[in-house]
Amino acid sequence: MRTIVNIFHQLGRWGEPVIEGIIRLCGISAIIFVFGIFFFVFREGMGFFFGGLDIVEFLTSPEWYPTSVSNKRYGVLALIAGTFSVTVLAMFLAVPFGLGAAIFVSEFCGPKLKETLKIVIELLAAIPSVVWGFIGLTVMNALIIDLFNVPIGLTMLNGGIILALMSVPIIVSIGEDALKAVPDSYREAAEALGATRWQVVYRVLLPTAKNGLLAAVLLGVGRAVGETMAVLMTTGHAVKMPTSPFDSVRTLTATIAAELGEAAVGSDHYRVLFIIGVLLFSITFIVNFVTDLVIKGIREKA
Amino acid sequence: MSPDKKQSKSYSVETRQLNLWYGDFQALINVSVKVVDGLITGLIGPSGCGKTTLLRCFNRVNERYGNVTTTGEVEILGKNIYDADVSLPELRKNVGMVFQRPNPLPISVYENIIFGLRVHSERRIRKRSDTDNIVETALREVHLWDDLKDQLKVKATTLQLEQQQKLCIARLLPLKPRVILMDEPCSALDAKGTRTVEELMLELAGQYTILIVTHNMAQARRVSNECIFMLLGEIIEHSHTEDLFLTPQNSKTADYIEGRYG
Ligand SMILES: Nc1ncnc2c1ncn2[C@@H]1O[C@H](COP(=O)(O)OP(=O)(O)OP(=O)(O)O)[C@@H](O)[C@H]1O
Ligand SMILES: [Mg+2]
Repeated sequence: MRTIVNIFHQLGRWGEPVIEGIIRLCGISAIIFVFGIFFFVFREGMGFFFGGLDIVEFLTSPEWYPTSVSNKRYGVLALIAGTFSVTVLAMFLAVPFGLGAAIFVSEFCGPKLKETLKIVIELLAAIPSVVWGFIGLTVMNALIIDLFNVPIGLTMLNGGIILALMSVPIIVSIGEDALKAVPDSYREAAEALGATRWQVVYRVLLPTAKNGLLAAVLLGVGRAVGETMAVLMTTGHAVKMPTSPFDSVRTLTATIAAELGEAAVGSDHYRVLFIIGVLLFSITFIVNFVTDLVIKGIREKA
Repeated sequence: MSPDKKQSKSYSVETRQLNLWYGDFQALINVSVKVVDGLITGLIGPSGCGKTTLLRCFNRVNERYGNVTTTGEVEILGKNIYDADVSLPELRKNVGMVFQRPNPLPISVYENIIFGLRVHSERRIRKRSDTDNIVETALREVHLWDDLKDQLKVKATTLQLEQQQKLCIARLLPLKPRVILMDEPCSALDAKGTRTVEELMLELAGQYTILIVTHNMAQARRVSNECIFMLLGEIIEHSHTEDLFLTPQNSKTADYIEGRYG
């Protein structure tokens, strides 16, 4: 420790600008990396994007036959619908559970239970997605077949449940932070006016912490949209416009993961997978951007 | 000691052998006190003597801290509030509290004032004109109406501190409490704010029983009819304010009002 301090001393008047420069470089590099990734992904797909791909068909056709010998078709509508439906289903399950658990942990449970729950939630967050996929493939699959009496359990429902389980820990921990940030004097004021603890939650805490809670939900959405391995293993991987939760579906992410290894480098198929990557990138970018706007809007109005 | 010279006095708060512990630390020791209905009673004593603790027993907000044990009785409006069948929302409707730091809720001025009514009758749908009247009446009573009538939609936490504190008083009134507890309500305010809040207290006395904790002895003399002096969790003296300040019966009281404790 001492020697480090000495080094800084010897750096003398140059020390500070150097350190400042390094820190600045770290910050800027984050931006460079993001643009770099976008650029390289886009460059791989560019050749086909400008030469040959029918963008309208790409976005509106559910026909995904990239390896057909006679008639290759590159429509990703079914894949978009797959990603969308699994994400919506996952959020439909995860948001009530996640926010409910956040409220319970932050407002209703005793300190000991709170510690235990937080450890369990962190553990859940640390489970790798292949393991989740494996659980979906075995346990959940069997369960769905048994419970709903359907021929296959690798469906939108399965993927949605697994994704929900993966997003709940994020929603709980960010949501709990948001509730913890509400000053205790608000709770005390409301209780002294005769509000029950439940009334305190929905009349005071939810309106006050809505920004943080919204951020928690959107981070959960982000996790669900970007998740690959678990959905690849659990949704059945069938290119199909979903009509019910018991249909097998395929997502954008899973398509890239499954097909990139087989596509010949430089082929149209290979390039179109990169265009899907750009599409995914744009979706997450828009989600984040909208989140920012929403949160800013709320903040300014408040 | 005993303040009741006349037989006819009625009491709105009466404690018997009240003891309170925070964990192992005893903060209130055998407190037995009677607070006269409709008057302002001051609660004075050095820092840490348990004034806030005693006040917070009367609406049971002390119980928000997990480590609190209470024994003894507190009778408010003829009922022991530590009985098992007491409903906390009902108790807090009858016993309002004003805190040391103004703590309006982070919602509009309007909603702050009808917050109490909303939580006490969730299901009743109120006509807009009714709530408008309630808000106006409450704000008029604390002399905020002229200042705030065009700012009812403004978030209450953005008001000046003095307005916030008056709003915190105003939001109790629609619930028609019998007792109002005030814990150093002026300590965050400047001289002008202090004066207007004191005037407000004098106006409200009579309709409400007011218990006020204060560090400021001049304030206790200005506003209170009766005064209670506490030391290390015990009640040392309780009498008419003039008597307590002019002819204290206990030497500790005399020491305190002459400024020999914090
Ligand atoms: N939540 C708590 N947990 C543990 N001890 C507490 C708690 N609140 C108060 N105390 C202790 O109880 C005693 C009485 O505190 P209280 O706040 O009632 O005093 P006070 O007379 O209001 O003081 P002040 O004039 O500084 O506001 C103090 O010794 C304090 O340290
Ligand atoms: Mg105090």
